[in-house]
Amino acid sequence: MLEIKNLHASVEGKEILKGVNLSIKPGELHVIMGPNGAGKSTLANVLAGREKFEVIKGELKFNEISLIDMLPEHRAGEGMFLSFQYPIAIPGVNNMYFLKAAVNSVRKYRGKDELDAVTFLKMIREKLKVVELDDSFIHRPVNEGFSGGEKKRNEILQMISLEPTLSILDETDSGLDIDALRIVAEGINNYRNDDRAFILITHYQRMLNHMEPDFIHVLMDGKIVKSGSKELAHKLEEKGYSWI
Amino acid sequence: MKTDEKKIIDNAVNQDYKYGFVTDIEQEKLPPGLDESVVRFISKKKGEPEWLLEYRLKAFNHWKTLIEPDWALVNYPEIDFQSISYYAAPKPKEKLSSLDEVDPEILETYNKLGIPLHEQKMLANVAVDAVFDSVSITTTFREDLAKSGVIFCSFSEAVKDYPELVKQYLGSVVPYTDNFYAALNAVVFSDGSFVYIPKNTRCPMELSTYFRINAANTGQFERTLIIADEGSHVSYLEGCTAPMRDENQLHAAVVELITLDNAEIKYSTVQNWYPGDKNGKGGIYNFVTKRGACRGVNSKISWTQVETGSAVTWKYPSCILQGDRSVGEFYSVAVTNNMQQADTGTKMIHIGKNTKSTIISKGISAGKGQQTYRGEVKIMKNAENSRNFSQCDSILIGDQCGAHTFPYIDIRNSTAQMEHEATTSNIGEDQLFYCNSRGVSTEDAVSMIVNGFCKEVFKELPMEFAVEAQKLMEVTLEGSVG
Repeated sequence: MLEIKNLHASVEGKEILKGVNLSIKPGELHVIMGPNGAGKSTLANVLAGREKFEVIKGELKFNEISLIDMLPEHRAGEGMFLSFQYPIAIPGVNNMYFLKAAVNSVRKYRGKDELDAVTFLKMIREKLKVVELDDSFIHRPVNEGFSGGEKKRNEILQMISLEPTLSILDETDSGLDIDALRIVAEGINNYRNDDRAFILITHYQRMLNHMEPDFIHVLMDGKIVKSGSKELAHKLEEKGYSWI
Repeated sequence: MKTDEKKIIDNAVNQDYKYGFVTDIEQEKLPPGLDESVVRFISKKKGEPEWLLEYRLKAFNHWKTLIEPDWALVNYPEIDFQSISYYAAPKPKEKLSSLDEVDPEILETYNKLGIPLHEQKMLANVAVDAVFDSVSITTTFREDLAKSGVIFCSFSEAVKDYPELVKQYLGSVVPYTDNFYAALNAVVFSDGSFVYIPKNTRCPMELSTYFRINAANTGQFERTLIIADEGSHVSYLEGCTAPMRDENQLHAAVVELITLDNAEIKYSTVQNWYPGDKNGKGGIYNFVTKRGACRGVNSKISWTQVETGSAVTWKYPSCILQGDRSVGEFYSVAVTNNMQQADTGTKMIHIGKNTKSTIISKGISAGKGQQTYRGEVKIMKNAENSRNFSQCDSILIGDQCGAHTFPYIDIRNSTAQMEHEATTSNIGEDQLFYCNSRGVSTEDAVSMIVNGFCKEVFKELPMEFAVEAQKLMEVTLEGSVG
């Protein structure tokens, strides 16, 4: 469903990705690891279509459609989702209003009817249970004053509400305590099925204790330098990136 | 009364009022310039009593000694006050037979604002189908108000029919000595509205709906006087969300509010005058003096304003809290886009004991817009246990606009409590991308963020207007990002 071929991308004129190749099929969970500054977040942002990340050359296709000139909101409509490493606060906008706008925007894009307030609320209450948050959570302003764990759980709440087929999770495990980590991991696991794929960007092996990845990739200096099975993550944890 | 029914009635009444204005004045315009003969001409034309002419003349003599204020943070070419014509009878607009004849661009804006079709017709001056007997409906409306003893009429009518009330209160809150534009208004004011709510009366309807469309015809030098007698209550709305074009560039209105013991006035404004084009050409100068006096104990005056129009805005709706335990409120959303400039805020003067004031000001700047919050909180020596809460927030869209805050605080009583909060933020690329990545377009994201920012003020508006005000923001800020 996702084909990345020889992808080069830059931020503010500086080339960060220097020829990334990656192919993802429905149902797969790919983990991307790598040292700081290797280009992991750049890859996530390029995939989601952030304007200041510029594709210099290469191919980027999602379900056979080129993403290169596609607006980020359309990518979301097509079924992509980016869970932010640092979710952004939007003061004054309540979480429910935001979620409803988001859900209805992608529904509209996908040719489905928009949900009315009652149906939406019912749906959200179900999803809130998954991330173990209570109703009051959705009445707070988006990410404002949220703890680290709440922010990441909110990202997962958004993910399961927007129903993407490809979710890119950028360090969703960082800054989480043990309970939050379990909740986030379960959220992802429950959402997994044969049609849905994931890219998990992480520094740590610990998240992987909770899930079954199909592939581990190591991104260094803008390229994927090594790919392997779950074992690779253990090895990296043990020996560090210099081992490669 | 059902809403639909009420609307029909309101429209009919408005229509009648509108025509009432035009028919009894001949088509006339004075040559530019202002001297004593002009003042006399206006007064005579309006058939005013001697005392009002004297008032105008005194104001004129005073005005001549004043110079235009220049302390506001706004720039505009010098105004030649002798090049303005101070009397022009309103021209009857050309009647159109259907909406098809209206400029499609204007219709599109109406649609975006969600203005109902029959109101669009009124606004665009299209003849409305005479499916109802407008005369009888007008009568019903008038009867309704009359039954409760509420007086609501044009200022000119009030001068004729209720001279004692006008004489007693005119200039008692905003004297002609107050400032340059207030003096000018006192000299040449054309017309305006007069409201009197008798003792222990709750005005049976929002005067807002009544005024909705009529407001499109407000004059250049408008004068409004609202008196809420003991224990009464009224909600009044001035203006309209629909864009308003006017040939007069300078607008200098005066609004005076008076509340006696236990009375309350809620005054809401939606101002959407022509702001000029993208390069700042044209546009209205809106130099308004609005002030309310809480004369009685436990009385309350609440100002709510949504200011999106005009090239230059100079406006400080204020409250003088004379009565003990009186309450003043100011809720404001002001938007400056393109080349618009606004210097706006409020004054809260605490004189009585245990008086309380609240200031919530939300400024939004986009394009090359410049915006200033200027506010004064003054707590006088005898105002024991007075309290003020002020919150002034600014939001910037883009990197070429400006927001400025000038809070003046003058406390002369040590028991006073003051709180002042101020924030400035911008709509960041990160916020927009966050929304985009959740499927929300940039335009929707901006309006969502801006509406979230203005929420506290919008909730003070009459319901139907809160919705329109939200849409008005969207229309005003259209294309301000990206």
